[in-house]
Amino acid sequence: MDVTYLLILLFVGAIATYFSGDKLAPKVALFFGLSTFGLSIYLLDLFNSGQNISFLSGWIAQPNISFALTADGLSMAMVLLTTALTPIIIFSGFGNDFNNAKSIYALLLFMSLAMIGTFLASDGLLYYIFWELSLIPIYFIALIWGNGDADERKKAVVKFFIYTFAGSLFMLVAFVYLYQKAGSLLIADLYALQLSSNEQIWLFLAFFLAYAIKIPIIPFHTWQANVYQKAPAIGTMLLSGIMLKMGLYSIIRWQLPIAPYVAKHFAFILIGLGIAGVIYGSIVAIRQKDLKKLLAYSSLAHVGLIAAGTYTLTLNGLHGAVLQMIAHGFVVVGLFFIAEIIYRRYQTRAIAEMGGIRFQTPKFTSMFLILVLASVALPSTFNFVGEFMVLYGLSQVHILLAVLGGTTIILGAYYMLKMFQNVMLGETNSKVFKDVTVNEAVVLVAIIAVLFFFGLYPKPINDLITPSLEVVLNIIKTKN
Amino acid sequence: MNTLIATTALGVLCLLFEIFNLRKAIIPITIVGLIAILGLNISEYGVEASYYNNMIVVNKFASTFSSLFIVLTIFLVALGHQFYENHQTKLSDFIAIKVFLLSGCIAMVAFGNLAMFFLGIEVLSISLYILAASNRMNLKSNEAGMKYFLMGSFASGIILFGICLIYGAIGSFDMRTIQEAAMSADVEEWFYIGVILLSIGLLFKIAAVPFHFWAPDVYEGSPSLTTATMSTLAKVTAMAAFFKLIQAMSGNLPETSQTVLVVISMLSMTVGNIMALKQNNVKRMLAFSGISHAGFMLMTLIPILPSAGSLLYYASAYSLAGIAAFSVILYVCKNNNNEDIANFHGLGKTNPLLAGILTASLLSMAGIPIFAGFFAKLILFSQTIEAGYIALVIVAVINSIISVGYYFKLILAMYTKEPNETRTGTPFVLYAVAIIAILLNLVLGLFPSFVIDLL
Repeated sequence: MDVTYLLILLFVGAIATYFSGDKLAPKVALFFGLSTFGLSIYLLDLFNSGQNISFLSGWIAQPNISFALTADGLSMAMVLLTTALTPIIIFSGFGNDFNNAKSIYALLLFMSLAMIGTFLASDGLLYYIFWELSLIPIYFIALIWGNGDADERKKAVVKFFIYTFAGSLFMLVAFVYLYQKAGSLLIADLYALQLSSNEQIWLFLAFFLAYAIKIPIIPFHTWQANVYQKAPAIGTMLLSGIMLKMGLYSIIRWQLPIAPYVAKHFAFILIGLGIAGVIYGSIVAIRQKDLKKLLAYSSLAHVGLIAAGTYTLTLNGLHGAVLQMIAHGFVVVGLFFIAEIIYRRYQTRAIAEMGGIRFQTPKFTSMFLILVLASVALPSTFNFVGEFMVLYGLSQVHILLAVLGGTTIILGAYYMLKMFQNVMLGETNSKVFKDVTVNEAVVLVAIIAVLFFFGLYPKPINDLITPSLEVVLNIIKTKN
Repeated sequence: MNTLIATTALGVLCLLFEIFNLRKAIIPITIVGLIAILGLNISEYGVEASYYNNMIVVNKFASTFSSLFIVLTIFLVALGHQFYENHQTKLSDFIAIKVFLLSGCIAMVAFGNLAMFFLGIEVLSISLYILAASNRMNLKSNEAGMKYFLMGSFASGIILFGICLIYGAIGSFDMRTIQEAAMSADVEEWFYIGVILLSIGLLFKIAAVPFHFWAPDVYEGSPSLTTATMSTLAKVTAMAAFFKLIQAMSGNLPETSQTVLVVISMLSMTVGNIMALKQNNVKRMLAFSGISHAGFMLMTLIPILPSAGSLLYYASAYSLAGIAAFSVILYVCKNNNNEDIANFHGLGKTNPLLAGILTASLLSMAGIPIFAGFFAKLILFSQTIEAGYIALVIVAVINSIISVGYYFKLILAMYTKEPNETRTGTPFVLYAVAIIAILLNLVLGLFPSFVIDLL
């Protein structure tokens, strides 16, 4: 039993979903989503018991490319994030009546496959292929099922595609260069390369372009808010919940261990860009009138902090970053689902048209509030653990960075609570707002349960990711 | 050798069908014949032989490229079934011309003598002139044929002039003699002039900048199926012949010749892509995209040890994607006089299968992974970096990004616009060609070593 079965299962799932017809598609997709999640839990169990669940086989002889999927703690954590969020996202779509539902659910499973592949691949080219492959389904999901004016949506989505594609191509050139050096693209061989500082600078920049666009880090963020707003809820969840984590994960997996020179010597610039994202995202979020855009900018602020954490090159910083990636994945999916629930009732995303919902919907209000609090890192939620560790890592680099990074909590609390106030509180709205349905509640409760469980007991994830992060840090230390 | 004879015989047979009034059977029988020739050709793989005083040389290069050409011709002949529905009386001529064209293509990769090469390129060109003007009631088609004929015969003249100069310098048309003479230091100067003239003529045929001006007009005006032939079969044939000639004659060429190739390659990519961005006619757009792909294919000549394997792979990836794209275009624009993007509006809703195939082929041309186009570019980039031309790779990467812009214009039109007409009928052959071509492209993408290792 190895990790390829995850990919096979999702592939079969995507095809089965497509051929099951529009009516049955959501259920079939959910079935495959859940079974993938089950399989990944089983694989985790095997992994923890010390079995080898990696897969390696030759693929192309010339150039020398292997089909290598390696599971270590970090990869498994990201895979679990994906497999756990996929059924949640599928289930959240049950309330929507999609046109041509079979295609959107099939694309969703396919996307999940590409993302899992990205997290597992340990051959540069295979990794690149999965990385690019994940772009195609989300492009179509946002383009076809998105909302708002078709022309504006088209512009936003095409901008997104060209931006990310451009970034990735430079990463491809970096891989080609590395291949010339190492004669193979297996990650172990790339880790073993001793590159001059000049080479490292160029390689770092090529990788940085790809990742900074995907995450996004300022100043490469201009595609983000528009796409988040225009994409359908499912697409936004995929983008913000999992896809941007591909960039953050890749920094830890590929960029830092291969070319650590820049991160070691220019750490302040990189961390500074991350923190600039925190402050910029938060300030812009305060002024947003559109609920989804507000969440998009808050997401920009959070990932800015995570990126800053990865570039600290401290165990705490990396550790916190990984925890925060997972926590942010869940909470942001929850919040975008909240926006979708409101949209289903009121057909609007403008915050000004909401308000006064609280009295009509006790259950919805409390779940929304919990998610808002989790997003601003209330102690006892998972987000608190991650954010705290990132800030601690920043303080090890320089105390001022921690102070600046800490503004995320203050500003975050300000705009999130203000948003909550404007959306939920105030005089009772005259428009009827039905409380959450069972389906919707299941999604929200699942997310909240995860956030609290790991907030109170983060040890399983800690144990999973610490060894692989230590390996990465050791490699970084041994290089110039 | 046998392949060439069999192909010509099949062409003659096609003409005879007319006499025996067997028009209905002509396409199926031609396809069966071509498949048999393909089998014959594959059975010759690995054989090294030369025939008729070294006129024809059969080696791996010739047999692999011939196989690609035969496969492409099978697709093109099959597409004719629907395309020439209303021209039944001329069907046998059209099909015969295509088969003769194939024999020209085979001669162009299997020649051992420049005379044979020239015969090949003329058979190819003349067939294309006829096909370009074959819609004789249409003014544009006439214009295209005329334009192509005038420009093409001029290019042929230049090629012939080049061959004469080479003969003058070396005293032989034989490729082996030329190759040996080119290696020695004391070649007459006009040998190089001859090589340059020969190159100009072939760069014209593959439509590389600055010899590309004919391509957009001719592609647009010709009947769609002819455009498909030109942009897939004719282009990769000329490229393969150019590769073979340069390989043989570059023995002692000065360093600057590499620089010239690099510049032509960069210019072709950039000009082709930038011009394609502004096009509203799909055939024109593909003409410009073809110019940029010519630039990419020229990159195969740049490494220190140019590998025919990567050219074969790029050519197969590009031409299979082209065949798939053109079969969709044939379906969509069947009842229209033009091929504007507007015709593709809403295809994603009215015919998701064909829209998906066109999307896949455009993604392959743009170089998105799992399609063969991606590996083709990857291998090119890898070899070019190895040879030390990083600037060229960066230009190529930037061009790949630009190309996404116009490929996606078409994809967007299919998926975001409302359909403006309903199309009926599901021509089975067309579907089959499109599906098989794109599947072959995918298989090449999954198992690239299969093709690369052939050479």
